[in-house]
Parts: sequence; structure tokens; C-alpha cells
Amino acid sequence: MSERTIDTDRWKGDLLLLAKIVAATYVGFASLGLVTGVPINEVAGFLVTVTFFAASFALVTLALNLHWGYTGLFNIGVAGFMAIGVYTMAVLTASPDASPAGLGLPIPVGVVAGVLVAALVGAVIALPALRVRSDYFAIITLGFSEIVRLSITSGTLREIEVGDRVYGTGGGSGIGYTPVDSVIPWLFDRPGIGLLGDLLYGIGGLVGITTSIINRLLYALVIIAFVVAVYALLQRLAYSPFGRVLKAIREDEVAARSLGKNTKYAKIKVFALGCGLMGLAGILWMGSRSLVTPESFMPVVTFYIFVALIVGGSGSNTGSIVGGFVFAAFLWEGPRFLRTIARANLDTRSPPTIYDAALELAAFDVMPLVGYFIGSLDEFRWILIGVALVLLMVYRPEGLLGDRKEIAAATDLSQRQGGESDE
Amino acid sequence: MGVVTLKERFSDTTAQEVFGGILVLGIVVLLLDLLRLVATGELSPGRLGSLLWYGIVDSLYIGLAAIGLSMTYSILRFANFSHGDLVTTGAFGGWTVAYLIGGIGAADFGSRLLLDADGGARAGDLGMDILASPVAIVLGLFAAAAITILVALAIDRLVYKKLRDAGGITLLIASVGVALALRYIIAIFYTQDSRGIVASSPRVGPVNLHEATLVVSAVTLIVGVHLLLQYTKLGKSMRAMSDNKDLALVTGIPTERVIFLTWVIGSGLAGVAGYLIVLDRSQITINLGWFLLLLIFAAVILGGIGSIYGALAGSLVIGITINLSLVWIPADLNEVAAFVIMILVLIFKPDGLFGGVETA
Repeated sequence: MSERTIDTDRWKGDLLLLAKIVAATYVGFASLGLVTGVPINEVAGFLVTVTFFAASFALVTLALNLHWGYTGLFNIGVAGFMAIGVYTMAVLTASPDASPAGLGLPIPVGVVAGVLVAALVGAVIALPALRVRSDYFAIITLGFSEIVRLSITSGTLREIEVGDRVYGTGGGSGIGYTPVDSVIPWLFDRPGIGLLGDLLYGIGGLVGITTSIINRLLYALVIIAFVVAVYALLQRLAYSPFGRVLKAIREDEVAARSLGKNTKYAKIKVFALGCGLMGLAGILWMGSRSLVTPESFMPVVTFYIFVALIVGGSGSNTGSIVGGFVFAAFLWEGPRFLRTIARANLDTRSPPTIYDAALELAAFDVMPLVGYFIGSLDEFRWILIGVALVLLMVYRPEGLLGDRKEIAAATDLSQRQGGESDE
Repeated sequence: MGVVTLKERFSDTTAQEVFGGILVLGIVVLLLDLLRLVATGELSPGRLGSLLWYGIVDSLYIGLAAIGLSMTYSILRFANFSHGDLVTTGAFGGWTVAYLIGGIGAADFGSRLLLDADGGARAGDLGMDILASPVAIVLGLFAAAAITILVALAIDRLVYKKLRDAGGITLLIASVGVALALRYIIAIFYTQDSRGIVASSPRVGPVNLHEATLVVSAVTLIVGVHLLLQYTKLGKSMRAMSDNKDLALVTGIPTERVIFLTWVIGSGLAGVAGYLIVLDRSQITINLGWFLLLLIFAAVILGGIGSIYGALAGSLVIGITINLSLVWIPADLNEVAAFVIMILVLIFKPDGLFGGVETA
């Protein structure tokens, strides 16, 4: 009983911690940008982009945490399930006159169907795949996500003629459709809310922030609303009897089964639920572009989410959100912002190769080498992500908030709770 | 209820036999269809022959890489996702040495050092084929092995050694981090551009000499590894370690030395595989090994993790599958066929097609 109250109190403290981290990061980045002479519109754009990616990553990370953190299912096919969700939505909502053609259904129908199809496919994969060892399961899910990506890229599914319309995945060039973030302009076309929109645009105009950034901010808030809803759902799930079964599976599946729990059924259910959430996250994240292509679902996308989850600490929902935010702000968008600052303040012409830069370095000119490194920022970001993964695994495998991992038992049996001893 | 009955059917002990039966049946049907296609003239024997030959060539370099992956899987007990990038390391390292030696005088040092990253050292101008610069290409082959071994040992010292007692999943995630860091460190030097760096292969009659070099080097190395593991104490120690590490340690087997030699053999072969792939295809890119990794995994799993003979047999199956499947399915889906086979084997026969006796 006491354990539960500790945990329920704890999320309030964690929320405060999250708010502090977010506020400190935003103030830090904004003042850094303004001091170094980056225009206010670009600073605002950067902060909005961080918010958008943080919310998107947090949503996928929450879903992955349900699989790995709670149940111990090592799913590295996240990209594949996101692809299924986004492509389902794209096919259902694209205009019937476009090429490739869609069914022209309303966006909410597409979103719901995308989530359901991703969940369904997850359940079908889970039926046989959950029998195997965890490292085999990892390879199966990675293989599955590659099968999905290669199939949607393939020329065979590119164009499928049904009647006089040409449907299909569009191969490498993808499917065009109305993006889900069109919900903001749609809302502002309604009579009452339109006034609010005009007001926000007016304020933005006064401080020099464009309407497109305001729209993106509002859309990021929509994703945050989804994050809050999913967080509440998962938090409730985690403390339900079903949640205890999940944690018991993670800790000792044989023991859970011998206590009469139907662990296979629980695993299938939770895998399908997580895959559905990944589909939803994919739709809100990738679906806010007006085009979906297979390149958005390379296997590395899965590893972004893993880094976010590990940074935050697997097994904790709050940790997932913190991890998503830290990943988006510092590993994902942070380096780009630093590049913006560097380009605004330094002469950063980039020599064609690192050899040319090294030659100029030999002539005691450091700037070409600096310019080359700033030009290869994308590569550095990947190295940073890789090194972060290795360092976390070696020095802090439980993540930043990993001590939040909830155990299956009502009380922690590995620690004596004080009081009298047996003697 | 539907879920329960389905589940019971899956956990049935005969599920593996049923799967084996279906697989054999499927192969028989496909073989009969192949005979029909050849008999009706839809598939010329010449094309069938060349598909099988390409299958064998592909299986040789997949096999070289698969031996190393299988060894690290059984001895260090984790799925090494950075193995593909060791293949890439070998390709870039080996060809850099070949360019430095072979292109002296024909192009700038800088262009040769970075493998034509700035377009200043075209393969044709340098005469980068096996007849025009045989010494450079053979030395490059040895350098590919040496450089990859050094990189792998450095990574082991920096990362994996600190995680010897960690679980398989921890090591797996760390290896993903290593893979990303290694690949993009290569990208910083050589850029992310894909480019052709080997001149077109000279031919003697019908024989493609680059392909012949690949086949001869790969077969020699495979036979060499076979002899090494079969007739030295090292092979026995590796088998002992993959069975039970603690017991091996108690028996007096120097486990750290066995791990050292595992990395030497495994990464050396991976580096050579990368070098030979580029010799055969001419294209080099930083994603070379990463795109190959899942096929290598498929081969290792098919053969049963831990058995190098299984890994070779699995490579043959995968190599022939990705080429012979072109008879029935379009070229952009052939890897899907290989991955589907891999998933089915993992689910229904996780010990591999050949029993799964761990024989190092």
C-alpha cells in the first residue's frame, strides 16, 4: 500500500522535474541564440521544431516503453509499424484523382484506421514471434520492418490498377495526401476559434514571428495533448492487474505462468497495443508532411527511439517523455542550432574534402577544418548518437531516470523495509 | 477462443516437423516449376546457370562475413550489429591502401587517400584492375584484413571488454551504437557519396577475372579457417567456450586469448569480404556493410548460430535464394524472400536448418 502512494506521489515530482528540464533548455537555447545574433523568428522556429520532435519522439518512446520497458519485448521494428500506420492513412485519405490514387476518406477515419491496422499487424506478428528468445525476436522484428520498407519501395506495389484508377504505394516517390497538421488551419476556419487564430497571428506579427511557426507550434501542442492522453492511459495500465502481469513477464515469465497468468495472451495484447500506438505516433509525426516516402522508415529511425528510451530509462513512462525531449533537444535539433549560430558568426566555408582542410591546417589555418566539421554536422550527429548509446550501456544502462523502473511485486522484495529483524 | 486454439496449435511439439515438411514441399514444388520452365524454354539453361553462379559468388562473401558473426555470437554471446560496419571498414581501408600503392604518379595523394572523394582519382585512369595493378590489389586485400582486425580489437578494448558480464541485449544495443559511430566516422573522411572505384574487370575467355579473384580468395580463406579450427587447440577451446564459459575458464582455457583470436579471425574475414565485394561490384558506399548485415544474420540463423559450417551452408542457401528467386519475383523483392525465410526459420526451427550443434 505504501509503495503505491510513493509511486503516485512520485509522478508529480517527476512532472515538476520535466517542466524544469524543458524550461531550462528553452531559456538556455533562446538566450544563446539571441546573444549570438540569431533572428528571433529563427530562434522561435527552432524552439517549435524541438517541441514538435520532442512530442513525437516522446509518443513513440512511450509505445516502445510499453513493449520493452514494461514487458521486456525487444522490438527493433518500430519503423515498420510506423510505416504501416502512415501508409494506411495515406492510402485512405489521399484524393481519388491523385497519382497514386487514394480513397478520399476524411482524415480522422484515416488516423483511426492507421492505428487499427498497425495494431492488427502487430497482433499477427506477435502470434508466432513471441515464442522465441529475445535476441531472435529482435532480429525478427528488424527483418519485418525491412520487409515492410522493401515492399512499399518495390515496383510491384507501386501501381495497382483497379478499374480506371491507379492505386498503390508510389514506390520510392511515395504517396501525396493532405497532412494531418491541416487540422490547425481547419480549426481557424471555424467561426469562434477563428478569432483566437487572428489574435495569435496578431501577437506573433508584433514580435516578428511568422504565422507558419504559430501553426507549427499549435500542431505541436496537439501532439502534446496526445502524449498526455497516452501517458495517462499507460500510467493507469501500469498499475492495473494487467500491468502487474506485464512486469512479471519482464522479470520472470516462467514464474508468472506458473502462478496461472496467461502470459502469451498478455504479450500478444500488449504487443498489439504498442504497435497501434507506434502507428499513431507515426501518423502524427510523419503524417504532418504532405508526402510519405519509404526513406522515412529506414531502420535507423528505430534506433532514435531506442536512444530516447535508454536516455530516459526504460521501464518508466515519465522517463520516456524526458528521454524523448532530451534526445530531440540535444542530440537531434541541438547540433543544427549550433550550426546556425556558427554560420551566423564565423566564416565557415567548407573545403571539398578533409584532406584539403588538413593541408590548410598545416599552413596554420584552422578555419577550413572547422568549416569542414560544421559542414559534416549530420555525420557528427550520428557519431554523437552512437557514442551516447555506448556510453549509456557501459556506464548507466538504467538511463537518467532508470531508478523509476516499477517492479512487479507490491513491495520491493530485494530491499528490507526497515523495522524489526527476524532475530 | 480462436486465439487459444491457434496458440495451442503453435506450441504443438510437431510444429517444427510440420514446418520442415512444408518447407521441403515448397522447395520440391519450386524445383519442379524450374524444370518446367527450362523444359518449356521460358528459362534458358544458360540463364539458370548464370543465376546459380551469381548465387554461389554472393554466398562466398556473405559466408566470409557470416563466419565472424557466428563466432562472436557463440563465444561472446551477443548479436553483433556492428559486424556489417566492420565489412565497410575493410572495404574502405583495403582500397585506400590499394589506391595509395597502385596509383602512384597517376593522381594526387589526397585524392587517392580519400578514394576519389573529390573526383580526382578515377579508377580507369589509375588502372585499378587485377591485371593492370595486381600487386596493389593483393596488398590491399591483406591491408583490408589487417586494418579491420585493428579496428575490431580497438573497439573490443574500448567497449565490449567493459561489458563482458553484461546481458546479450545490453551488448546488442552497445553494438548498434558502435555501428553508427564507426559508419559515420568513415563518412566524415570519405563522404557519404556512393562511387565506383574499381575499373571494369578484364576477361580471359568467359572468365571474369575479378570474380575469379573473389572465388579463389574466399575459398582459400574458408579452407584455411576450417583447418585452423579443426586441427589446432584453438578450435577446441572455442567450442568449449561457446558451450560453457565458466567451465572453460575453470578448465584452464585462457578465455581472453580465445576472445582475442575470435575477433582476429572474425573481423579479418569480414574486412576481406568487404574488400572483395567492392572488387566484384566496383561500387563503394558507407552503407555497404549495413545493408548486407541482415543477409549475414539470415545466413547465420539458417545455419544455426555458433556453427561455422552451418553459417557457410546458410550463406549458400541465402546466396542462391536471392538470385534464383529472380525467376519468379521482381528484382526489388529478392531480399524480402531471404528475410521471410529467415523469419520462418527463427520461428519454427530456431536451432537452424542443420541441427544447431554448436561447433564453433
